[in-house]
Amino acid sequence: MSGAREEVLARLRAARDAGAPRGGVPPVPRGYHRSGSLAPGSAQVLDLLVERVEDYRARVLRAGSDDEVAGAVARCLDEAGSRRVVVPADLAPGWRPRTGEREVVEEHPGSPLAVAELDDLDAVVTGSTVAIALTGTIVLAGGGPGQGRRALTLVPDHHVCVVRAADVVETVPEALARLDPSVPLTFVSGPSATSDIELDRVEGVHGPRRLDVVVLR
Amino acid sequence: MKIAVMATCLGDAMFPQAVKATVRLLHRLGHEVVFPEGQTCCGQMHVNTGYLREAVPLVRHHVEVFEPVADGGWDAVVAPSGSCTGCVRHQHAVVARRAGDEVLAERAEAVAARTYELSELLVDVLGVTDVGAHYPHRVTYHPTCHSLRMLRVADKPLRLLRAVRGLELVELPDAEVCCGFGGTFAVKNGETSTAMLADKMRNVLGTRAEVCTAGDSSCLMHIGGGLGRLRTGVRTVHLAEILASTEAGRTPAAAGTPGGVRDEPVEAQR
Amino acid sequence: MSTTDLGMPAVRGGARDGSRDTGLPTHSVAGQGNLRGTTSFPRAAHEKLADTQLRRNLGKATGIIRGKRAGVVAELDDWEELRLAGSALKADVMARLPELLEQLEENVTARGGHVHWARDAAEANAVVAELVRATGSDEVVKVKSMATQETGLNEALAEQGITAWETDLAELIVQLGHDAPSHILVPAIHRNRSEIREIFLREMPGVDPALSDDPRELAMAARAHLRRKFLTAKVAVSGANFAVADTGTLCVVESEGNGRMCLTLPGTLITLMGVEKLVPTFSDLEVFLQLLPRSSTGERMNPYTSTWTGVTPGDGPQEFHLVLLDNGRSAVLADEDGRAALHCIRCSACLNVCPVYERVGGHAYGSVYPGPIGAVLSPMLTGISGPDDPNASLPYASSLCGACFDACPVRIDIPNLLVQQRAASVESHPRPTAQDLALRAAALVMSSPGRFAAAEKGLALGRLLAGREGRISSLPWPLSHWTDSRDVPAPPAETARQWWARTGGHDEQDGERS
Repeated sequence: MSGAREEVLARLRAARDAGAPRGGVPPVPRGYHRSGSLAPGSAQVLDLLVERVEDYRARVLRAGSDDEVAGAVARCLDEAGSRRVVVPADLAPGWRPRTGEREVVEEHPGSPLAVAELDDLDAVVTGSTVAIALTGTIVLAGGGPGQGRRALTLVPDHHVCVVRAADVVETVPEALARLDPSVPLTFVSGPSATSDIELDRVEGVHGPRRLDVVVLR
Repeated sequence: MKIAVMATCLGDAMFPQAVKATVRLLHRLGHEVVFPEGQTCCGQMHVNTGYLREAVPLVRHHVEVFEPVADGGWDAVVAPSGSCTGCVRHQHAVVARRAGDEVLAERAEAVAARTYELSELLVDVLGVTDVGAHYPHRVTYHPTCHSLRMLRVADKPLRLLRAVRGLELVELPDAEVCCGFGGTFAVKNGETSTAMLADKMRNVLGTRAEVCTAGDSSCLMHIGGGLGRLRTGVRTVHLAEILASTEAGRTPAAAGTPGGVRDEPVEAQR
Repeated sequence: MSTTDLGMPAVRGGARDGSRDTGLPTHSVAGQGNLRGTTSFPRAAHEKLADTQLRRNLGKATGIIRGKRAGVVAELDDWEELRLAGSALKADVMARLPELLEQLEENVTARGGHVHWARDAAEANAVVAELVRATGSDEVVKVKSMATQETGLNEALAEQGITAWETDLAELIVQLGHDAPSHILVPAIHRNRSEIREIFLREMPGVDPALSDDPRELAMAARAHLRRKFLTAKVAVSGANFAVADTGTLCVVESEGNGRMCLTLPGTLITLMGVEKLVPTFSDLEVFLQLLPRSSTGERMNPYTSTWTGVTPGDGPQEFHLVLLDNGRSAVLADEDGRAALHCIRCSACLNVCPVYERVGGHAYGSVYPGPIGAVLSPMLTGISGPDDPNASLPYASSLCGACFDACPVRIDIPNLLVQQRAASVESHPRPTAQDLALRAAALVMSSPGRFAAAEKGLALGRLLAGREGRISSLPWPLSHWTDSRDVPAPPAETARQWWARTGGHDEQDGERS
């Protein structure tokens, strides 16, 4: 295989020089917005996030305190009929649903649930790392606080995700600047969807079919 | 201003009425017009069919004929064609450079810098949108691809048309979609071209306009050729002909190519 | 490795055909993969244009997606600046491609991944098959990937007794329908809901016979069909939308969650990507993650974007292999203008705005890369072997209307590349064709005013042909392709040149009417 490596690199080096632009390569113009006009965590940026997330037909609830988060999470779970719930072990205790009849399973990094076990659960409750208001996107960092590993937010059919105001930025560049590329990242914009049949959008395919977002001011 | 007319090969040989209308219009606006007699063809067909090497002598000839505009002999060159202007402006230097002739490329760029499509010349250079025309007909405008996306003439032709007395302008649905002409495309991929033409004709007919106009005789030949084959009764008229028409003048309804055909039998014109 | 380049002429830019190790830019190997169809574009189009259902399906779908794209692009007041940045970033990548690939390799390896290189489609397929075999698995789940379509990976795996399960809904429809993809983003765009229902009823084991043609029901049938596969698969194969040189991060952009399933649950992940899919730094994704979804699905952001860097203990696959594919890309890179085709981020916006694509669909292009970008990229990757090469006809499958350039998020000047590839097509002729002779003669006539004026005298013949009606409705081949559906006006009695000579431009009376 090293033969292939050397050959491909040799071809590309020759091609790089043969096709080099006569005028050189100009510097990258960065005239696009690298930051937004709305301050991170501001009321306006939260409003924009809510509007854009709802546009994907995800549900958004607002909370003013950890207690209200716990209440909102419980409401989301109840309305969906999600009784068996998994949470990453480090999910903020205050965000866990305290009311209603349900089984809450904790996943610890050292003892992951089998995929089949995850598949038996109805819902997952997590935190998030960053949210992008302009695009209605929530970013989960694998192993990040209260976010668990990737499979946790993928296999259960219902994802309840808590977004803290301070983590909400307006634009994509602001979000990327806050992210650590060395951990696995998942950018979530609404529930899973497909437009593969006549470009007719259907929400809910393989990923969680229901996404509820609780925004904590 | 002293303005040289670039008739284009198609305009010269097949659609002289658009060239004559351009001359008449510029005279009426008080400009001096010259017709460089050595002119032939800009080479667009060769370039766009992939004959870039063969196009070099055509580019060289064009540059030689129209070079007075770069030397101050004339103030501008005008062509009643978006695609030929586009070829001069965006392809001549490329063709010359590809052939390794940097000198020709720079001469071509100098000529191109003062070569304009008719609506550009009128609106941008001469600063007029009301040219004093009168044309009492229901008209729809097809923005040809190269005027729209190569030259970016935007709404200049529409602004000129809106100022024409008596003209009822109706919007063409899906106006910005190609009519399917594309030069040799219409022959090499005749069936696909026809499928595109069918949709363009459907949209033209839907406007109930009596005239379809555009800034390119080539696209009008295509649209008009289809409208004529189906005997739709809609005629195609070059933008220059509409702008040249006046109440006093004698052009109005007679101008143009009704359904791809002249409005009078050829013999009757003798 | 077999060499099949006998008799193939070397092509402009110094690119070679075949797979000999010359260390020079090399086209893809003839007969491998899916970059070349079997018939010329006009012949394929002839058949497709007659398919009225196809026309309806394509017209409806491209119309919807054009509208969505236009809406979300108009929302951003810095769209043009993003396009300029995207274009410049890709130009920078091309200028440093070997160095950036080595940087990528180093970073992926440092994070526990394995990097493999493939000269051509067959080698890429062999590498993947070997990696799968080493896991002991006889099946893989697949994320939609143009690179694996390009190399024909599924067929190659099948020959080795390995079953590939396509998990993207459109790819699944194509696979179950024993069909070929016809669009970069929506491979089953040529199928409507009732056709898809029929395919599912016929091919999907255990499907509910009462399945309706409601897209939601059809999507749920696909979910049920694939769920067990996702949860039990040992090996996944993916492509990549972007690879970040300075961090070794890979990025996959998707909608359904099938990508996340494949990238997360199996123990082994094999990613095949073309060498051009690099971006220099992680923060450069800020440009492409804005350009791609808006151009592609017409959304502000696609539902899921996944990034991963090598292997993460306790999260996702613990074996990660990245296969870097040349397969003709070095030949494209060697062409100063042409290398812009490698900037393509496979959004498919150019397909959706192309009036030719909308009427004939993707299959007419023969290659897995259809539409305007395919019409340049396919012949550039394969080279053009002569006038009978089906890919020689692709650069002509465009009216050069320019809509593709306006839609392209990285500003690839596709019309210019089409013209350049037409030139490559002409230059591949071993001896002059009828078209060559005609255009050369025309150039000779048109470069001389004397000869041109003399030729114009021949227009009288046209007037004779036109007769009293003033129209010509039938001309001999090849102009019959025009008169099959369009009249030609009778030539005028007097050319503009003759009118000027007679009047000096001051005769306000129209010569032909006087």
